[in-house]
Amino acid sequence: MADADGALNALVAIAVGIIALAFPFVASGYHLYQGAQVLIFAVALLGLNLLTGFNGQISLGHGAFFAIGGYGTAILMVKFGAPYWAAIPLASVLCFIAGFLFGFPALRFGGLYLALATFALAVATPQILSYKGFDAFTGGSQGLTLAKPQPPSGLGLTADQWLYLVCLACAAALYWAARNLVNGRIGRALVAIRDQPIAAETMGVDAPLYKTTCFGVSALYAGVAGGLSAIAVGFVSPESFGLPLSLAFLVGVVVGGLASLGGALFGALFIEFVPNIADQLTVSFGEGAKALPGAIYGVLLILVMAAMPTGVAGAARALASFLRNEG
Amino acid sequence: MGAFLHQVASGLALGGVYAIMALALVMIYQATQLINFAQGEMAMFSTYFAWKLMDLGEPYWFAFFATVIASFIGGIVIERLIVRPFAKAPVLASVIVFIGLSLIFNSLAGWLYGYSVTSFDSPFTGRPWFGAGYMSAHEAGAVLVTLCVLALVYAFFRFTPLGLAMRAAAQNPESSRLVGIRVGWMLAIGWGLAAAIGSVAGMMAAPIVYLDPNMMGGVLLYAFAGAVLGGIDSPFGAVFGGVAVGVLGNLIGAYVVGDEVKLSVALAIIIAVLVWRPSGLFGRRLVARV
Amino acid sequence: MAILEAKGLEAWYGPVRAVHGVDFEVENGGVTALLGANGAGKTTILRALSGLIRRSGEIRFRGHSMSGLATEDIARLGVAHVPDGRGTFVDLTVEENLRLGAYVRADRQGVRADFDRMFALFPRLAERRRQQAGTLSGGEQQMLAIARALLMRPALLMLDEPSFGLAPLVVAEIFRALAEINRDEGVSLLLVEQNASLALDLAGRAVLIETGRVALAGPSQTIRADDAVRRAYLGY
Repeated sequence: MADADGALNALVAIAVGIIALAFPFVASGYHLYQGAQVLIFAVALLGLNLLTGFNGQISLGHGAFFAIGGYGTAILMVKFGAPYWAAIPLASVLCFIAGFLFGFPALRFGGLYLALATFALAVATPQILSYKGFDAFTGGSQGLTLAKPQPPSGLGLTADQWLYLVCLACAAALYWAARNLVNGRIGRALVAIRDQPIAAETMGVDAPLYKTTCFGVSALYAGVAGGLSAIAVGFVSPESFGLPLSLAFLVGVVVGGLASLGGALFGALFIEFVPNIADQLTVSFGEGAKALPGAIYGVLLILVMAAMPTGVAGAARALASFLRNEG
Repeated sequence: MGAFLHQVASGLALGGVYAIMALALVMIYQATQLINFAQGEMAMFSTYFAWKLMDLGEPYWFAFFATVIASFIGGIVIERLIVRPFAKAPVLASVIVFIGLSLIFNSLAGWLYGYSVTSFDSPFTGRPWFGAGYMSAHEAGAVLVTLCVLALVYAFFRFTPLGLAMRAAAQNPESSRLVGIRVGWMLAIGWGLAAAIGSVAGMMAAPIVYLDPNMMGGVLLYAFAGAVLGGIDSPFGAVFGGVAVGVLGNLIGAYVVGDEVKLSVALAIIIAVLVWRPSGLFGRRLVARV
Repeated sequence: MAILEAKGLEAWYGPVRAVHGVDFEVENGGVTALLGANGAGKTTILRALSGLIRRSGEIRFRGHSMSGLATEDIARLGVAHVPDGRGTFVDLTVEENLRLGAYVRADRQGVRADFDRMFALFPRLAERRRQQAGTLSGGEQQMLAIARALLMRPALLMLDEPSFGLAPLVVAEIFRALAEINRDEGVSLLLVEQNASLALDLAGRAVLIETGRVALAGPSQTIRADDAVRRAYLGY
């Protein structure tokens, strides 16, 4: 049974890998951009999943770390002339530090206080980003524009294709890192802290340190995603980093599957395409359709919590094992 | 000096709104140990309900009281249908459900009423009865309404049998059941009351922050800051905290960092309280969880 | 006729079954004692009767079946349960605690009269009317819990270890009051006690519980005279 399970997983992984690699050569223009966005969201959701799914902590403010990554990258590139392949890692490290420092006081008193603190962070972020005092760096409410990275010459790739492949490489590497983390000692410690915090502490797991570090790592992932998004979109502005972004991440993680790394891809596809479809519907149904994504997100959050606490990935796994047992 | 007093005065008016919202949050927290993240959107939706009634020609106070009653009923329905099924679920699940609820209300309002900013009339116009020169008529009126709400809520819990039963159900559900109190319904009524006073907060805030589906996001954040500052399990603390955040926010916004970043003041207050005095000024001592 | 009958009563704490099919009766108008060592299952039985934990089996109160009823409905039928640990509302005043006992009653005259009777029965409570219940001594809290239960005008009063942690003089005062309540008001009593001697003095019948099962049942005299009981529970 375990072998069949493993084989199925490997098969799915290979299929996904092939599709992902072939994609930039069959799609183009807007679709290619969307593909990159899905990968970017997947990275952010991976990070949030490490925090929420595996470590049982809730963050309503990961959009803020996405913003730090995006703005950090933009500022380093525009104001300091750094190349994108240096700016993004630097900005991500900044995110890790910010996440660690923020997590420290916020984590001490349980999930509700963290939710509250991260909620506050999400709501306050756009204001902070457009603060006139930081104008020189952030470009105020206008934001900053970035140049799209050029592919290395001789590869025969367009800028869009190169961008997609960069995102793919980052996503794959970070997925691999997350997998190792989860399957290793640290991952088990995180799950222990989630499920039986007192027992974990008794076993010598320094819970506050692990939790704060986990928060920092998840912020780092969000930062990488933010940086990639900045160069993919070509500009950053305060409005795109408000509460709705953080809530979209939450939806992605819940729908994709809490505590399932593969579910990050499901979730990313979901939060990329639902607003898209809703936008197209406004053509037929008028302005009211703008309300659709929010309504769908809201209803789904409640339904998933009621029916499938493990999200789509969990349901898919359950279905797969059901089919195997029947067949 | 005049400008300073003006800031304090309007801070008190806003603070009254925050205090009412914070009180609603604390009421639900005391009964269920949960923070209702949907409180703001529920209040916003109630405010739109009032606006619609007035749009249809109803006079202000009719719309006001009809909204309060409708919100009370709505709160009960939400508790019975959506909150109760998750009563035994982990905290994480309830938070996600509340976020889902807030998204639904936000979208519903956007769909029904559109996303453009609308004005919301205040029943208080002309010269204010007190604080003339420092506050507008609406601000004075809002302070009065706040005081009325607080007095009514206090009297309800302190002097009525139902209020006593609700306090008992929040403190000790098991003993309450043993004397025949239907604890489930006490929770539902608690939600109804929270929704009702939330609607008052929304209707008092709307003339100041203008009506649009996203109007209450900031207000909710200030209410959170107030509740955390005062102590999430202390009704008196919540009220004190809400007013303090209103006044402090105005003063810091006017004299220190500028009005455009007042939200970060709320964030700073929350972080500062969690670092230095986690249980808030009047709350019970909070124990650090592993 | 018994005021309460239990047949095949089973009770669970989560997945663990703690009571394994218990049959017993509570004498109408009398005092029935539930005896047994620490952890025997006496408290579990009371909690099952009150619907606080998962239970199965037949439970009849005044002839009506109580299976499937919620705790608050059982209370409203006339069963008052004074839990172990007293169950006082510690943040409310003495007066408020008592008013909660009368919460479900509609007869304001009767309630006022009962208040007077409770204060006559337990004068110490009258002195501390406005005090916060949590600041009362153990004995006073026990009196408060009993008074609150009595304000429900119950037909059956179930008490879980009323003597626990109290000085002998206070215990004597409380048991005197219980005897008076049973005699003068006809309230049936189901008394869980570790202190077997004390309970057997008050009770007419007794049921001995050992590891979730009935070991012995019968009139107090018989139980008291039983050698095994004497050695294990009465200490001589």
